[in-house]
Amino acid sequence: MTLAVATPGRAGRARRLARPGRLTGVSGLGLGVALLWFSLLVLIPLAAVVATAVEGGWSGFWNAVTNEQTAAAIRLTVGQAFLVTAVNIVMGTLIAWVLVRDQFFGKRALEVLIDLPFALPTIVAGLVLLSLYGADSPVGVNIANQPNAVTVAFLFVTLPFVVRTVQPVLEELDPEVEEAAASLGANRFTTFRRIVLPSLIPAIAAGAALSFARAVSEYGSLVLLSGNLPFKTEVTSVRVLSSIENDNVESAAAVATVLLVISLSVIVILDLVQRRMSRRG
Amino acid sequence: MADDTFEGDPHEARGLDREHPEQVSGVRLAGVLYEPGPRPSTRRRRKRTPVTYLFRAIVLAYLFFLVAWPVFLVAKNTFADGFSELGDLLSDPDSVEAIRLTIEVALIAVVINTVFGLGMAILLVRYDFPGKRLLSALIDVPLSVSPIVVGLALVLVYGSRDGWLGSWLHDNGVDIIFHTPGIILATVFVALPLVIREVVPVLEEIGVEQEQAAKSLGANAWQTFRRITLPSIKWAVVYGVVLSLARSLGEFGAVKVVSGNILGQTRTATLMVEEKYLNFDKGGAYATAFLMVMVAVSAIVVVSLIRPKETRK
Repeated sequence: MTLAVATPGRAGRARRLARPGRLTGVSGLGLGVALLWFSLLVLIPLAAVVATAVEGGWSGFWNAVTNEQTAAAIRLTVGQAFLVTAVNIVMGTLIAWVLVRDQFFGKRALEVLIDLPFALPTIVAGLVLLSLYGADSPVGVNIANQPNAVTVAFLFVTLPFVVRTVQPVLEELDPEVEEAAASLGANRFTTFRRIVLPSLIPAIAAGAALSFARAVSEYGSLVLLSGNLPFKTEVTSVRVLSSIENDNVESAAAVATVLLVISLSVIVILDLVQRRMSRRG
Repeated sequence: MADDTFEGDPHEARGLDREHPEQVSGVRLAGVLYEPGPRPSTRRRRKRTPVTYLFRAIVLAYLFFLVAWPVFLVAKNTFADGFSELGDLLSDPDSVEAIRLTIEVALIAVVINTVFGLGMAILLVRYDFPGKRLLSALIDVPLSVSPIVVGLALVLVYGSRDGWLGSWLHDNGVDIIFHTPGIILATVFVALPLVIREVVPVLEEIGVEQEQAAKSLGANAWQTFRRITLPSIKWAVVYGVVLSLARSLGEFGAVKVVSGNILGQTRTATLMVEEKYLNFDKGGAYATAFLMVMVAVSAIVVVSLIRPKETRK
């Protein structure tokens, strides 16, 4: 968190020194303007959240976060996010595999389906799921207002992440290596485990981190679907919103800080994974 | 940009695809996600085994139950009474106003993010300065912050009552939160990295030789950008713009916190979906949702059409 707070101050110093390109007057000015805008829009507001959270001291922060209802919401959100990430690791890799290695009519339509959850407004995603899994369900499955609703909504909104990180890596794998393994007597499972999987792991890890972060911060798709019942289907973002609406800004900021810490950890993990990958590449 | 979108040599844009996959997927992993559209398939036809068919069946069933069927039902519910729901929606002045506001906000946000994104991408790739790595990582933050937290953050700084800057702005006659500028700020925030994420890998890919050649022949910075850099990155910019537009039209959580949802003033289309549904106007909610599904599908299709097809070396 200190990173976000410290960065606006760097804006001035950042104008000197240049290796790939010299920062001329114009580009230096551009950098200044861009950093000012980025600070005003992103860094200062996020710093304000953290500052508000710690305003009441550590005990105030701790009380807000360990409030029974809030703690239940955080437990539900993180638990469901882990579950959904685990499903995505398996299903996302499988979907990427089918998209890359299989040929069949209508495969392009599948590509659109994969991207749809990313492009759909979250509130619409909730309504979309409600039409099949809600009270009007044509198949009689009603999970609205049930904890399962959270799982399904998370699965929907995080669908593209693992698929889209694994797919390009899988495309670039040289089939000859697998053929070599097969010719040496490895069966399909051994080939996958010993040859394919090791090269996919960084991509799977990155996709998993993104889908975990997305699930933890999800709000829109749950509004209509989960009913936001305390202790049952209320997720962390909803908790933050109700604190805002009750004018309890300190508590909202405290819980929001927990969410921010989770997102920032994910970014750090992603960065580490990417560094490892670029070293290998 | 719009005029020359479809002309030009498709080979130009291939740079970003898979010629240096380790670079695209390694250095800019997160960016890969935001490139919807069909990806080229491997050219080698494999021997099919029962496992292939089993995998295909599992994937088809999963996507059918999770995405295809629910989306189809929204369309079906919208047209359950013919076109009357859509007609009602488009003849209701409040709904039309909400849609108009949504489009206006999205267009402004996209323009801001395109200008900022292009500038930031060029700075990050072509220049070196202290803190560049940190900045490059921080740029991604808006993608993983909960929309509610985005809203809260903006309220804390720009709230008219006791925001860090908002109270001063309020005294000077500028109100942001619960007004259109707040909605624009929230929308810009959530879509911020999309253009940058598309443009950065392409800029890295094309290198600086042509730009240096142009400079050595006497072109100034603007001419170099206009004649050399922009034509090579235009496809990436188009993807970024389309993605930002889809994201901007659909933002819900952050807008909900900062808008106050005032009918006819700060109510956007996504807020209208929620309100209509909760007020038992399911038909209206489905009709609005259907329009937004169409926008999302068009965005994906546009991106996949202009994304150049892979041809192998």
